[in-house]
Amino acid sequence: MTIYLPIAELSVDVFIILGMGAAVGFLSGMFGVGGGFLITPLLIFYNIPPAVAVATGANQVVASSVSGALAHFRRGTVDVKLGVVLLIGGLMGATAGVQVFLLLRKIGQLDLIISLLYVVFLGTVGGLMLLESIHSLRRAAKNLPVRPRRPGQHNWIHRLPLKMRFKRSKLYLSVIPIITLGFAIGVLTSIMGVGGGFIMVPAMIYLLRVPTNVVIGTSLFQIIFVTAFTTIVQATTNFAVDIVLAGLLMIAGVIGAQYGVRVGQKMRGEQLRAGLAILVLAVGIRLGFDLVVPPDEFYSVVQGGFG
Amino acid sequence: MIASHLVPLSLVALFCALITASAQERTTPSGPPKFVERLDIGISTNEIAISSDFSGADITVFGAIDSVDDFLLAIGAYDLIVALEGPHQPATVRRKERVAGIWVNRHSISFSPIPASYSISSTRPLESIGSRMELAAHNVGINNIRLMPKGAIGDGSLVGPFRDALRRIMQTRGLYQRDPSGVRFISRGLFKASVRLPANIPVGAHNVRAELYRNGEFVTEQTIRLHVVKTGLEQFTYNFAHRHSLLYGMFAVAFALLTGWLSSIIFRKD
Repeated sequence: MTIYLPIAELSVDVFIILGMGAAVGFLSGMFGVGGGFLITPLLIFYNIPPAVAVATGANQVVASSVSGALAHFRRGTVDVKLGVVLLIGGLMGATAGVQVFLLLRKIGQLDLIISLLYVVFLGTVGGLMLLESIHSLRRAAKNLPVRPRRPGQHNWIHRLPLKMRFKRSKLYLSVIPIITLGFAIGVLTSIMGVGGGFIMVPAMIYLLRVPTNVVIGTSLFQIIFVTAFTTIVQATTNFAVDIVLAGLLMIAGVIGAQYGVRVGQKMRGEQLRAGLAILVLAVGIRLGFDLVVPPDEFYSVVQGGFG
Repeated sequence: MIASHLVPLSLVALFCALITASAQERTTPSGPPKFVERLDIGISTNEIAISSDFSGADITVFGAIDSVDDFLLAIGAYDLIVALEGPHQPATVRRKERVAGIWVNRHSISFSPIPASYSISSTRPLESIGSRMELAAHNVGINNIRLMPKGAIGDGSLVGPFRDALRRIMQTRGLYQRDPSGVRFISRGLFKASVRLPANIPVGAHNVRAELYRNGEFVTEQTIRLHVVKTGLEQFTYNFAHRHSLLYGMFAVAFALLTGWLSSIIFRKD
Protein backbone atom coordinates (compact mmCIF):
# COMPACT_ATOMS: atom_id res chain seq x y z
CA MET A 1 0.00 0.00 0.00
CA THR A 2 1.53 3.28 -1.04
CA ILE A 3 1.02 6.65 0.52
CA TYR A 4 1.91 10.02 -0.94
CA LEU A 5 4.10 12.19 1.27
CA PRO A 6 2.88 15.75 0.71
CA ILE A 7 6.14 17.50 1.64
CA ALA A 8 8.71 15.03 0.32
CA GLU A 9 6.44 14.88 -2.77
CA LEU A 10 6.83 11.19 -3.45
CA SER A 11 4.97 7.96 -2.87
CA VAL A 12 6.29 5.43 -0.38
CA ASP A 13 5.21 2.05 0.91
CA VAL A 14 3.32 2.56 4.16
CA PHE A 15 4.43 -0.77 5.61
CA ILE A 16 8.11 -0.11 5.00
CA ILE A 17 7.84 3.21 6.84
CA LEU A 18 5.84 1.65 9.69
CA GLY A 19 8.35 -1.21 9.85
CA MET A 20 11.26 1.22 10.05
CA GLY A 21 9.53 3.18 12.81
CA ALA A 22 8.75 0.04 14.79
CA ALA A 23 12.25 -1.41 14.40
CA VAL A 24 13.94 1.81 15.44
CA GLY A 25 11.43 2.23 18.26
CA PHE A 26 12.24 -1.27 19.46
CA LEU A 27 15.98 -0.62 19.43
CA SER A 28 15.62 2.79 21.05
CA GLY A 29 13.43 1.33 23.79
CA MET A 30 15.90 -1.49 24.34
CA PHE A 31 18.98 0.73 24.53
CA GLY A 32 17.32 3.84 25.97
CA VAL A 33 18.23 6.15 23.09
CA GLY A 34 16.12 8.52 21.02
CA GLY A 35 16.65 6.71 17.75
CA GLY A 36 17.21 9.79 15.60
CA PHE A 37 20.63 8.52 14.57
CA LEU A 38 18.97 5.41 13.12
CA ILE A 39 15.85 6.98 11.59
CA THR A 40 17.59 9.63 9.53
CA PRO A 41 20.07 7.29 7.77
CA LEU A 42 17.34 4.69 7.20
CA LEU A 43 15.15 7.30 5.54
CA ILE A 44 18.07 8.40 3.39
CA PHE A 45 18.75 4.78 2.37
CA TYR A 46 15.07 4.61 1.40
CA ASN A 47 15.57 7.57 -0.98
CA ILE A 48 13.80 10.17 1.11
CA PRO A 49 15.54 13.49 0.31
CA PRO A 50 18.15 14.07 3.06
CA ALA A 51 16.70 17.49 3.90
CA VAL A 52 13.30 15.91 4.61
CA ALA A 53 14.87 12.97 6.44
CA VAL A 54 16.77 15.25 8.82
CA ALA A 55 13.89 17.62 9.56
CA THR A 56 11.38 14.80 9.96
CA GLY A 57 13.85 12.84 12.10
CA ALA A 58 14.02 15.75 14.56
CA ASN A 59 10.23 15.77 14.76
CA GLN A 60 10.14 12.03 15.44
CA VAL A 61 12.69 12.35 18.26
CA VAL A 62 10.32 14.78 20.05
CA ALA A 63 7.77 11.98 20.43
CA SER A 64 10.25 9.33 21.52
CA SER A 65 11.93 11.56 24.12
CA VAL A 66 8.66 12.79 25.65
CA SER A 67 7.61 9.37 26.87
CA GLY A 68 11.11 8.71 28.22
CA ALA A 69 11.37 12.08 29.93
CA LEU A 70 7.95 11.69 31.57
CA ALA A 71 9.02 8.39 33.11
CA HIS A 72 12.14 10.08 34.52
CA PHE A 73 10.05 12.97 35.89
CA ARG A 74 7.89 10.52 37.81
CA ARG A 75 11.02 9.01 39.32
CA GLY A 76 12.45 12.47 40.05
CA THR A 77 15.62 11.86 38.04
CA VAL A 78 15.62 15.13 36.08
CA ASP A 79 17.80 18.11 37.00
CA VAL A 80 15.59 20.84 35.57
CA LYS A 81 18.02 23.67 36.35
CA LEU A 82 20.90 21.91 34.60
CA GLY A 83 18.54 21.01 31.75
CA VAL A 84 17.51 24.64 31.29
CA VAL A 85 21.14 25.83 31.12
CA LEU A 86 21.90 23.11 28.54
CA LEU A 87 18.77 24.17 26.70
CA ILE A 88 19.94 27.79 26.38
CA GLY A 89 23.02 26.54 24.57
CA GLY A 90 20.95 24.01 22.64
CA LEU A 91 18.53 26.58 21.24
CA MET A 92 21.38 28.83 20.13
CA GLY A 93 23.10 25.85 18.53
CA ALA A 94 19.95 24.73 16.74
CA THR A 95 19.41 28.22 15.34
CA ALA A 96 22.97 28.36 14.03
CA GLY A 97 22.74 24.80 12.75
CA VAL A 98 19.66 25.46 10.63
CA GLN A 99 21.42 28.38 8.95
CA VAL A 100 24.41 26.15 8.20
CA PHE A 101 21.97 23.53 6.88
CA LEU A 102 20.40 26.11 4.55
CA LEU A 103 23.82 27.20 3.28
CA LEU A 104 25.01 23.63 2.69
CA ARG A 105 21.85 22.87 0.76
CA LYS A 106 22.47 25.89 -1.46
CA ILE A 107 26.02 24.90 -2.32
CA GLY A 108 25.09 21.24 -2.79
CA GLN A 109 27.21 19.81 0.02
CA LEU A 110 24.43 18.95 2.49
CA ASP A 111 24.36 15.21 1.75
CA LEU A 112 28.14 14.97 2.09
CA ILE A 113 28.27 16.85 5.39
CA ILE A 114 25.39 14.83 6.85
CA SER A 115 27.17 11.59 5.90
CA LEU A 116 30.54 12.80 7.16
CA LEU A 117 29.11 13.91 10.50
CA TYR A 118 27.38 10.58 10.90
CA VAL A 119 30.52 8.66 10.04
CA VAL A 120 32.69 10.70 12.40
CA PHE A 121 30.31 10.76 15.35
CA LEU A 122 28.90 7.28 15.06
CA GLY A 123 32.36 5.88 14.42
CA THR A 124 33.93 7.61 17.41
CA VAL A 125 31.11 7.09 19.88
CA GLY A 126 30.46 3.52 18.73
CA GLY A 127 34.14 2.64 18.84
CA LEU A 128 34.67 4.07 22.33
CA MET A 129 31.53 2.41 23.65
CA LEU A 130 32.53 -0.93 22.20
CA LEU A 131 36.00 -0.77 23.77
CA GLU A 132 34.55 0.26 27.12
CA SER A 133 31.90 -2.45 27.16
CA ILE A 134 34.31 -5.19 26.05
CA HIS A 135 36.55 -4.05 28.88
CA SER A 136 33.80 -4.26 31.48
CA LEU A 137 32.49 -7.56 30.07
CA ARG A 138 36.00 -9.00 30.58
CA ARG A 139 36.17 -7.63 34.10
CA ALA A 140 32.77 -9.10 34.88
CA ALA A 141 33.89 -12.45 33.50
CA LYS A 142 36.95 -12.41 35.77
CA ASN A 143 34.74 -11.39 38.71
CA LEU A 144 36.75 -8.23 39.29
CA PRO A 145 34.93 -5.40 41.04
CA VAL A 146 33.86 -2.50 38.82
CA ARG A 147 36.01 0.48 39.69
CA PRO A 148 33.79 3.03 41.40
CA ARG A 149 33.90 6.65 40.33
CA ARG A 150 35.88 8.68 42.80
CA PRO A 151 33.89 11.70 44.01
CA GLY A 152 35.43 15.12 44.16
CA GLN A 153 37.76 14.42 41.28
CA HIS A 154 38.26 17.67 39.36
CA ASN A 155 39.46 18.56 35.89
CA TRP A 156 40.17 21.87 34.16
CA ILE A 157 36.46 22.31 33.38
CA HIS A 158 35.80 22.76 37.08
CA ARG A 159 38.13 25.77 37.29
CA LEU A 160 36.14 27.92 34.81
CA PRO A 161 34.34 31.06 36.07
CA LEU A 162 30.57 31.87 36.19
CA LYS A 163 29.82 29.03 38.53
CA MET A 164 26.32 27.94 39.41
CA ARG A 165 24.96 25.48 41.95
CA PHE A 166 22.94 22.50 40.69
CA LYS A 167 21.32 20.95 43.75
CA ARG A 168 19.76 17.93 42.10
CA SER A 169 23.10 16.89 40.56
CA LYS A 170 25.09 17.96 43.63
CA LEU A 171 27.34 20.05 41.39
CA TYR A 172 28.91 23.50 41.61
CA LEU A 173 29.92 24.14 38.04
CA SER A 174 30.62 26.92 35.53
CA VAL A 175 27.82 27.51 33.00
CA ILE A 176 30.38 27.91 30.16
CA PRO A 177 31.01 24.21 29.49
CA ILE A 178 27.31 23.42 29.94
CA ILE A 179 26.18 26.02 27.41
CA THR A 180 28.99 24.99 25.03
CA LEU A 181 27.93 21.36 25.22
CA GLY A 182 24.28 22.33 24.68
CA PHE A 183 25.29 24.48 21.70
CA ALA A 184 27.32 21.72 20.06
CA ILE A 185 24.48 19.20 20.43
CA GLY A 186 21.99 21.79 19.15
CA VAL A 187 24.02 22.22 15.94
CA LEU A 188 24.08 18.45 15.47
CA THR A 189 20.33 18.21 16.07
CA SER A 190 19.56 20.55 13.22
CA ILE A 191 22.14 19.17 10.78
CA MET A 192 21.83 15.46 11.58
CA GLY A 193 18.22 15.22 12.76
CA VAL A 194 19.22 13.49 15.98
CA GLY A 195 18.44 14.21 19.60
CA GLY A 196 22.12 13.88 20.39
CA GLY A 197 21.64 11.70 23.45
CA PHE A 198 24.40 9.38 22.31
CA ILE A 199 26.90 12.24 22.63
CA MET A 200 25.17 14.19 25.41
CA VAL A 201 25.06 11.31 27.87
CA PRO A 202 28.78 10.39 27.79
CA ALA A 203 29.77 14.08 27.71
CA MET A 204 27.69 14.79 30.82
CA ILE A 205 29.13 11.80 32.65
CA TYR A 206 32.80 12.16 31.72
CA LEU A 207 33.21 15.92 31.17
CA LEU A 208 30.70 17.54 33.51
CA ARG A 209 30.72 14.66 36.04
CA VAL A 210 26.96 14.71 36.44
CA PRO A 211 25.75 11.76 38.56
CA THR A 212 24.68 8.87 36.32
CA ASN A 213 21.17 8.63 37.78
CA VAL A 214 20.11 12.10 36.60
CA VAL A 215 22.02 12.11 33.30
CA ILE A 216 19.49 10.34 31.07
CA GLY A 217 16.43 12.15 32.47
CA THR A 218 18.08 15.56 32.17
CA SER A 219 19.38 14.83 28.68
CA LEU A 220 15.92 13.67 27.53
CA PHE A 221 14.31 16.72 29.13
CA GLN A 222 16.43 19.14 27.14
CA ILE A 223 16.30 17.03 23.95
CA ILE A 224 12.49 17.49 23.85
CA PHE A 225 12.87 21.24 23.68
CA VAL A 226 15.82 21.35 21.29
CA THR A 227 14.22 18.90 18.84
CA ALA A 228 10.84 20.68 19.13
CA PHE A 229 12.55 23.98 18.41
CA THR A 230 14.52 22.45 15.52
CA THR A 231 11.32 21.03 14.04
CA ILE A 232 9.71 24.47 14.05
CA VAL A 233 12.79 26.20 12.62
CA GLN A 234 13.19 23.51 9.93
CA ALA A 235 9.51 23.90 9.07
CA THR A 236 9.82 27.66 8.67
CA THR A 237 13.19 27.91 6.88
CA ASN A 238 13.47 24.71 4.84
CA PHE A 239 9.80 23.58 4.64
CA ALA A 240 11.21 20.09 5.09
CA VAL A 241 9.11 18.58 7.89
CA ASP A 242 6.83 15.92 6.44
CA ILE A 243 4.07 15.43 8.98
CA VAL A 244 2.66 12.33 7.29
CA LEU A 245 6.05 10.64 7.36
CA ALA A 246 6.74 11.82 10.92
CA GLY A 247 3.32 10.67 12.12
CA LEU A 248 3.76 7.15 10.74
CA LEU A 249 7.24 6.87 12.25
CA MET A 250 6.14 8.17 15.64
CA ILE A 251 3.15 5.92 16.05
CA ALA A 252 5.06 2.81 15.02
CA GLY A 253 8.03 3.98 17.07
CA VAL A 254 6.30 4.42 20.43
CA ILE A 255 4.68 0.99 20.08
CA GLY A 256 7.96 -0.66 19.09
CA ALA A 257 9.68 1.04 22.02
CA GLN A 258 7.40 -0.68 24.55
CA TYR A 259 8.56 -4.09 23.41
CA GLY A 260 12.17 -2.91 23.23
CA VAL A 261 12.06 -1.75 26.85
CA ARG A 262 10.85 -5.20 27.97
CA VAL A 263 13.69 -6.94 26.15
CA GLY A 264 16.18 -4.38 27.43
CA GLN A 265 15.21 -5.02 31.04
CA LYS A 266 16.20 -8.66 30.71
CA MET A 267 19.69 -7.81 29.52
CA ARG A 268 22.76 -6.78 31.46
CA GLY A 269 24.19 -3.27 31.27
CA GLU A 270 27.44 -4.24 29.58
CA GLN A 271 25.66 -6.42 27.04
CA LEU A 272 23.29 -3.57 26.22
CA ARG A 273 26.15 -1.13 25.79
CA ALA A 274 28.06 -3.57 23.57
CA GLY A 275 24.95 -4.15 21.47
CA LEU A 276 24.31 -0.44 21.09
CA ALA A 277 27.97 0.14 20.23
CA ILE A 278 27.83 -2.46 17.43
CA LEU A 279 24.62 -0.93 16.10
CA VAL A 280 26.08 2.58 16.14
CA LEU A 281 29.26 1.39 14.43
CA ALA A 282 27.32 -0.53 11.79
CA VAL A 283 25.31 2.53 10.78
CA GLY A 284 28.51 4.60 10.68
CA ILE A 285 30.35 2.04 8.54
CA ARG A 286 27.41 1.72 6.14
CA LEU A 287 27.40 5.49 5.58
CA GLY A 288 31.18 5.61 5.34
CA PHE A 289 31.10 2.85 2.73
CA ASP A 290 28.91 4.99 0.46
CA LEU A 291 31.38 7.85 0.69
CA VAL A 292 34.36 5.75 -0.36
CA VAL A 293 32.94 3.38 -2.97
CA PRO A 294 32.67 4.88 -6.47
CA PRO A 295 28.98 5.77 -7.00
CA ASP A 296 26.90 4.20 -9.77
CA GLU A 297 25.98 7.65 -11.01
CA PHE A 298 28.53 10.43 -10.69
CA TYR A 299 26.06 13.13 -11.58
CA SER A 300 23.10 14.35 -9.58
CA VAL A 301 20.27 16.67 -10.52
CA VAL A 302 18.46 19.09 -8.25
CA GLN A 303 15.27 20.55 -9.56
CA GLY A 304 12.48 22.37 -7.79
CA GLY A 305 11.95 21.12 -4.26
CA PHE A 306 14.33 18.70 -2.58
CA GLY A 307 16.77 17.06 -4.95
CA MET B 1 -7.57 6.82 -11.75
CA ILE B 2 -8.22 8.50 -15.09
CA ALA B 3 -11.56 7.58 -16.55
CA SER B 4 -10.72 8.41 -20.11
CA HIS B 5 -9.80 5.09 -21.58
CA LEU B 6 -13.21 4.57 -23.05
CA VAL B 7 -14.94 7.34 -24.89
CA PRO B 8 -18.44 6.74 -26.19
CA LEU B 9 -18.93 6.96 -29.92
CA SER B 10 -21.29 9.86 -29.53
CA LEU B 11 -18.48 11.89 -28.07
CA VAL B 12 -16.27 11.09 -31.04
CA ALA B 13 -19.04 12.16 -33.38
CA LEU B 14 -19.54 15.39 -31.47
CA PHE B 15 -15.84 15.87 -31.56
CA CYS B 16 -15.71 15.61 -35.34
CA ALA B 17 -18.48 18.16 -35.62
CA LEU B 18 -16.62 20.56 -33.34
CA ILE B 19 -13.43 20.16 -35.32
CA THR B 20 -15.12 20.94 -38.59
CA ALA B 21 -16.68 24.02 -37.01
CA SER B 22 -13.44 25.28 -35.52
CA ALA B 23 -11.45 24.59 -38.66
CA GLN B 24 -13.77 26.77 -40.71
CA GLU B 25 -13.33 29.73 -38.40
CA ARG B 26 -9.60 29.74 -38.74
CA THR B 27 -7.83 31.92 -41.29
CA THR B 28 -4.31 31.53 -42.58
CA PRO B 29 -1.95 34.37 -41.65
CA SER B 30 -0.41 35.14 -45.06
CA GLY B 31 0.10 33.61 -48.46
CA PRO B 32 -1.35 30.39 -49.82
CA PRO B 33 -1.28 27.57 -47.26
CA LYS B 34 1.33 24.87 -47.80
CA PHE B 35 -0.80 22.31 -46.05
CA VAL B 36 -4.54 22.06 -45.78
CA GLU B 37 -4.62 19.64 -42.87
CA ARG B 38 -5.86 20.86 -39.53
CA LEU B 39 -5.40 19.26 -36.17
CA ASP B 40 -7.59 19.23 -33.09
CA ILE B 41 -7.17 17.39 -29.83
CA GLY B 42 -9.08 16.86 -26.64
CA ILE B 43 -8.83 15.10 -23.32
CA SER B 44 -11.64 14.01 -21.07
CA THR B 45 -10.28 15.97 -18.17
CA ASN B 46 -8.13 19.04 -17.84
CA GLU B 47 -7.16 18.25 -14.31
CA ILE B 48 -5.23 15.31 -12.89
CA ALA B 49 -5.61 14.89 -9.16
CA ILE B 50 -2.80 13.35 -7.15
CA SER B 51 -4.40 11.55 -4.25
CA SER B 52 -2.58 9.78 -1.42
CA ASP B 53 -2.44 6.49 -3.36
CA PHE B 54 -1.31 8.01 -6.67
CA SER B 55 1.11 5.73 -8.45
CA GLY B 56 1.18 7.20 -11.92
CA ALA B 57 -1.51 7.22 -14.58
CA ASP B 58 -2.12 7.07 -18.31
CA ILE B 59 -4.03 9.85 -19.96
CA THR B 60 -5.68 9.34 -23.27
CA VAL B 61 -5.67 12.15 -25.78
CA PHE B 62 -8.09 12.01 -28.69
CA GLY B 63 -7.61 13.97 -31.83
CA ALA B 64 -8.64 14.38 -35.41
CA ILE B 65 -6.95 15.50 -38.60
CA ASP B 66 -9.27 17.59 -40.69
CA SER B 67 -8.96 17.77 -44.51
CA VAL B 68 -6.96 14.60 -44.41
CA ASP B 69 -5.71 13.22 -47.72
CA ASP B 70 -7.06 9.66 -47.88
CA PHE B 71 -4.29 8.41 -50.15
CA LEU B 72 -1.52 9.77 -47.95
CA LEU B 73 -3.27 8.38 -44.89
CA ALA B 74 -3.52 4.96 -46.50
CA ILE B 75 0.18 4.81 -47.31
CA GLY B 76 1.08 5.95 -43.81
CA ALA B 77 2.49 9.34 -44.71
CA TYR B 78 0.98 10.99 -41.67
CA ASP B 79 2.67 10.83 -38.31
CA LEU B 80 1.63 12.22 -34.97
CA ILE B 81 3.62 13.12 -31.92
CA VAL B 82 1.89 13.86 -28.64
CA ALA B 83 4.01 15.24 -25.81
CA LEU B 84 3.07 16.11 -22.27
CA GLU B 85 5.41 18.77 -20.98
CA GLY B 86 5.55 19.69 -17.30
CA PRO B 87 6.15 23.11 -15.74
CA HIS B 88 9.58 24.63 -16.33
CA GLN B 89 11.95 24.77 -13.38
CA PRO B 90 15.64 25.62 -13.10
CA ALA B 91 17.90 22.61 -12.61
CA THR B 92 21.37 22.17 -11.20
CA VAL B 93 23.60 19.26 -12.17
CA ARG B 94 26.50 18.28 -9.95
CA ARG B 95 29.31 15.85 -10.52
CA LYS B 96 31.03 13.82 -7.84
CA GLU B 97 34.79 13.56 -7.89
CA ARG B 98 37.17 11.79 -5.61
CA VAL B 99 38.78 14.13 -3.10
CA ALA B 100 41.04 12.65 -0.42
CA GLY B 101 39.48 9.23 -0.87
CA ILE B 102 35.84 10.25 -0.64
CA TRP B 103 33.36 11.16 -3.34
CA VAL B 104 32.44 14.83 -3.20
CA ASN B 105 30.30 17.08 -5.41
CA ARG B 106 32.91 19.20 -7.17
CA HIS B 107 31.63 20.77 -10.37
CA SER B 108 28.13 22.05 -10.90
CA ILE B 109 26.28 23.65 -13.78
CA SER B 110 22.93 25.38 -13.51
CA PHE B 111 20.52 25.21 -16.38
CA SER B 112 17.85 27.73 -17.36
CA PRO B 113 14.34 26.42 -16.59
CA ILE B 114 13.74 23.04 -18.21
CA PRO B 115 10.55 20.96 -18.25
CA ALA B 116 10.20 19.12 -14.95
CA SER B 117 8.62 16.25 -16.86
CA TYR B 118 8.34 15.24 -20.50
CA SER B 119 6.41 12.27 -21.75
CA ILE B 120 6.25 11.72 -25.49
CA SER B 121 4.18 9.30 -27.56
CA SER B 122 4.30 8.92 -31.31
CA THR B 123 3.01 6.78 -34.15
CA ARG B 124 6.54 5.58 -34.94
CA PRO B 125 10.00 6.00 -33.47
CA LEU B 126 10.92 9.67 -33.80
CA GLU B 127 13.92 9.10 -36.03
CA SER B 128 11.70 7.56 -38.70
CA ILE B 129 9.15 10.38 -38.52
CA GLY B 130 11.34 13.27 -39.56
CA SER B 131 14.88 14.44 -40.03
CA ARG B 132 16.86 15.41 -37.00
CA MET B 133 16.82 19.03 -38.06
CA GLU B 134 13.08 19.05 -38.56
CA LEU B 135 12.49 17.54 -35.11
CA ALA B 136 15.03 19.84 -33.46
CA ALA B 137 13.41 22.87 -35.05
CA HIS B 138 10.17 22.01 -33.30
CA ASN B 139 11.72 20.91 -30.00
CA VAL B 140 10.43 17.40 -30.35
CA GLY B 141 11.94 14.51 -28.44
CA ILE B 142 13.92 14.11 -25.27
CA ASN B 143 17.16 14.83 -27.13
CA ASN B 144 15.79 18.11 -28.42
CA ILE B 145 14.69 19.59 -25.10
CA ARG B 146 16.63 22.83 -24.82
CA LEU B 147 19.13 22.68 -22.00
CA MET B 148 20.80 26.05 -21.76
CA PRO B 149 23.48 26.44 -19.09
CA LYS B 150 23.55 29.70 -17.21
CA GLY B 151 26.18 31.35 -15.05
CA ALA B 152 29.82 30.34 -15.00
CA ILE B 153 30.55 27.29 -17.17
CA GLY B 154 34.34 27.59 -17.38
CA ASP B 155 35.76 26.68 -20.79
CA GLY B 156 32.52 24.94 -21.74
CA SER B 157 34.05 21.50 -22.00
CA LEU B 158 31.87 20.28 -19.14
CA VAL B 159 28.56 21.33 -20.68
CA GLY B 160 28.25 18.31 -22.98
CA PRO B 161 28.64 15.58 -20.35
CA PHE B 162 26.51 17.55 -17.87
CA ARG B 163 23.75 17.92 -20.44
CA ASP B 164 23.84 14.19 -21.21
CA ALA B 165 23.76 13.41 -17.49
CA LEU B 166 20.75 15.66 -17.00
CA ARG B 167 18.81 13.89 -19.77
CA ARG B 168 19.92 10.50 -18.51
CA ILE B 169 18.94 11.15 -14.88
CA MET B 170 15.58 12.62 -15.82
CA GLN B 171 14.92 9.42 -17.81
CA THR B 172 16.08 7.16 -14.97
CA ARG B 173 13.70 8.97 -12.66
CA GLY B 174 10.91 8.32 -15.13
CA LEU B 175 10.30 12.04 -15.56
CA TYR B 176 11.36 12.01 -19.20
CA GLN B 177 9.93 9.09 -21.11
CA ARG B 178 8.93 8.04 -24.59
CA ASP B 179 6.53 5.59 -26.15
CA PRO B 180 7.22 5.20 -29.88
CA SER B 181 3.94 3.36 -30.45
CA GLY B 182 1.67 5.29 -28.13
CA VAL B 183 -0.33 7.02 -30.89
CA ARG B 184 -2.72 4.97 -33.03
CA PHE B 185 -5.16 5.86 -35.78
CA ILE B 186 -8.60 4.57 -34.84
CA SER B 187 -10.47 5.50 -37.99
CA ARG B 188 -10.13 7.89 -40.89
CA GLY B 189 -8.32 10.93 -39.53
CA LEU B 190 -9.12 10.10 -35.91
CA PHE B 191 -6.35 9.12 -33.57
CA LYS B 192 -5.83 8.16 -29.98
CA ALA B 193 -2.67 8.76 -27.96
CA SER B 194 -1.87 7.43 -24.54
CA VAL B 195 0.64 9.39 -22.53
CA ARG B 196 2.18 8.09 -19.33
CA LEU B 197 2.24 10.22 -16.20
CA PRO B 198 4.95 9.09 -13.76
CA ALA B 199 4.20 8.65 -10.05
CA ASN B 200 6.54 11.53 -9.22
CA ILE B 201 4.93 13.92 -11.70
CA PRO B 202 5.46 17.54 -10.67
CA VAL B 203 2.35 19.53 -9.86
CA GLY B 204 1.44 22.59 -11.89
CA ALA B 205 0.40 23.51 -15.40
CA HIS B 206 1.33 20.96 -18.05
CA ASN B 207 0.97 21.31 -21.81
CA VAL B 208 -0.29 18.58 -24.04
CA ARG B 209 1.16 19.31 -27.48
CA ALA B 210 0.22 17.34 -30.55
CA GLU B 211 2.16 17.74 -33.78
CA LEU B 212 1.24 16.46 -37.19
CA TYR B 213 3.90 15.47 -39.71
CA ARG B 214 3.37 14.59 -43.34
CA ASN B 215 6.15 12.80 -45.18
CA GLY B 216 8.56 13.95 -42.50
CA GLU B 217 7.53 17.59 -42.72
CA PHE B 218 5.93 19.52 -39.91
CA VAL B 219 2.35 20.45 -40.75
CA THR B 220 0.65 21.90 -37.72
CA GLU B 221 0.38 21.65 -33.96
CA GLN B 222 -2.16 22.06 -31.22
CA THR B 223 -1.63 22.62 -27.53
CA ILE B 224 -3.99 22.21 -24.61
CA ARG B 225 -3.43 22.71 -20.91
CA LEU B 226 -3.56 20.05 -18.28
CA HIS B 227 -3.36 20.89 -14.61
CA VAL B 228 -1.80 18.45 -12.20
CA VAL B 229 -2.93 19.18 -8.67
CA LYS B 230 -2.70 17.50 -5.31
CA THR B 231 -6.07 16.57 -3.87
CA GLY B 232 -7.76 17.65 -0.69
CA LEU B 233 -5.61 16.67 2.23
CA GLU B 234 -2.30 16.53 0.34
CA GLN B 235 -2.88 19.98 -1.12
CA PHE B 236 -4.01 21.31 2.22
CA THR B 237 -0.93 19.95 4.00
CA TYR B 238 1.42 21.27 1.34
CA ASN B 239 -0.14 24.74 1.35
CA PHE B 240 -0.32 24.83 5.12
CA ALA B 241 3.37 23.88 5.40
CA HIS B 242 4.41 26.60 2.94
CA ARG B 243 2.03 29.44 3.78
CA HIS B 244 1.73 29.04 7.54
CA SER B 245 5.01 27.31 8.20
CA LEU B 246 5.27 28.44 11.83
CA LEU B 247 1.83 27.11 12.67
CA TYR B 248 2.59 23.92 10.75
CA GLY B 249 5.84 23.41 12.67
CA MET B 250 4.04 23.99 15.97
CA PHE B 251 1.37 21.52 14.94
CA ALA B 252 4.01 18.91 14.07
CA VAL B 253 5.56 19.40 17.52
CA ALA B 254 2.18 19.26 19.27
CA PHE B 255 1.40 16.02 17.46
CA ALA B 256 4.73 14.55 18.58
CA LEU B 257 4.17 15.68 22.19
CA LEU B 258 0.72 14.15 22.16
CA THR B 259 1.97 10.86 20.72
CA GLY B 260 4.73 10.63 23.31
CA TRP B 261 2.44 11.58 26.18
CA LEU B 262 -0.32 9.16 25.16
CA SER B 263 2.14 6.30 24.81
CA SER B 264 3.48 6.99 28.28
CA ILE B 265 -0.07 6.82 29.67
CA ILE B 266 -1.18 3.77 27.69
CA PHE B 267 1.96 1.76 28.40
CA ARG B 268 2.54 3.06 31.92
CA LYS B 269 4.12 0.42 34.08
CA ASP B 270 4.30 2.07 37.48
